[in-house]
Amino acid sequence: MAEGKVDPVHQFTIEPLFGTDHWSIAGHNIAFTNSALWMVITTLVLIVFVGGGAKKAQVPGRWQMAVEGLTGFVDTLLQSNIGDAGRKYLPYVFSLFTFILFANLLGLLPLALVGIHPFTATSHFTVTGVLAIMSFAIVLIVGFAKHGFHFFSLFVPHGTPAVMVPVIFPIELISFLVRPFSLGLRLFVAMMAGHVLLEVLSGFVISGTNAGVGTFFLAGVPSFLLMIGICALELLVAGIQAYVFALLTCVYLNDAENLH
Amino acid sequence: MPQIAQLAATYDSQIFWLLVCFGLVFFVIGRGMLPGVVSTIDQRNKQIADDLGAAEAARAAADAEEQAWRIAEGKQRAQAHDLIAAAKADAARTTQAALDAAAARIEETTAAAEARIAAARAAAQGEVQDVAAQAAQDIVSRLAGLSVSADEARGAVQGVIAHG
Repeated sequence: MAEGKVDPVHQFTIEPLFGTDHWSIAGHNIAFTNSALWMVITTLVLIVFVGGGAKKAQVPGRWQMAVEGLTGFVDTLLQSNIGDAGRKYLPYVFSLFTFILFANLLGLLPLALVGIHPFTATSHFTVTGVLAIMSFAIVLIVGFAKHGFHFFSLFVPHGTPAVMVPVIFPIELISFLVRPFSLGLRLFVAMMAGHVLLEVLSGFVISGTNAGVGTFFLAGVPSFLLMIGICALELLVAGIQAYVFALLTCVYLNDAENLH
Repeated sequence: MPQIAQLAATYDSQIFWLLVCFGLVFFVIGRGMLPGVVSTIDQRNKQIADDLGAAEAARAAADAEEQAWRIAEGKQRAQAHDLIAAAKADAARTTQAALDAAAARIEETTAAAEARIAAARAAAQGEVQDVAAQAAQDIVSRLAGLSVSADEARGAVQGVIAHG
């Protein structure tokens, strides 16, 4: 392996697998890429996982317990943030949470050992952005459908003095409008940063090992040990980012559902 | 950064496949499977809550039963106590009556015997005085040759007995 060939961002390259030429809708090319493949894999794994645990046994087995635990987790999240009205968002928030979680985790699988390169769909802001816009759109739709133009009172917090309203209103409006960007970018950045870090460290291991015994012990071994720790950290980040995305969606939905 | 470098070429494919996949997840899992899972959880929680409620009610009933039993037992114990006390008092009374009767009989017998003894003693005393008086008369007539009347002798004897 030649040195300097480790490109930390090469892993995010989208490679069309098939359908490049003639798959298109209204002039938009919808080629089936590696990104699409891993989203499909995520979907299938998720359907198998939930489907396998969706038995309606009164005394659950392990698998059913796992699925019910995950469902209960999201349900508790909605319950504590929105209240009883949060139940109707369970399908959406559960789909969101599990899809992001599984996409994150599948992207971390060390399948490169057997020659398959996992692709983390959530490391692309085209993906996370769409998810964020979806959440934001639901917030807007629910907010305006439930409260009408009264929804704008969201931008004037309780107890704001009348003189402060002209100042507070734009600030709150901007912070509200920034939400889809922060929501989408947070997940994208966290996933990309972790993968880049792992790739850079693995580059150190490879280069250090190729450069000789001295650099192997000086740079290669410590980098490898660090990678092990960061792999564990990335597993944590994969869960936390999915949780944060779902949690913030709940918080925003609460604004729409209950105003304040 | 491929995310930006490939943006123009791939955004439509990315968005399309994300919507397809997420739509599948939402409709197959979120809409299809999740209600069953949630209803199972709710049903189980309800069952557990009901069972706990039933157990709680049964415990309360058992407590009440025990309390009632305790009160009844106390009452019965008190009754038994009263019965025993009454029987004891009855027995004591009967015994006392029997003892009193026996004591009275004994008293009577003793008094009669004492009276008899006293009478016998008095008779014996009289006889002794008579004998002593006669003896005194005889002694006086023999030694002094004086004749003393029976009454005088008796008086002398009585005087000696009285003075010891």
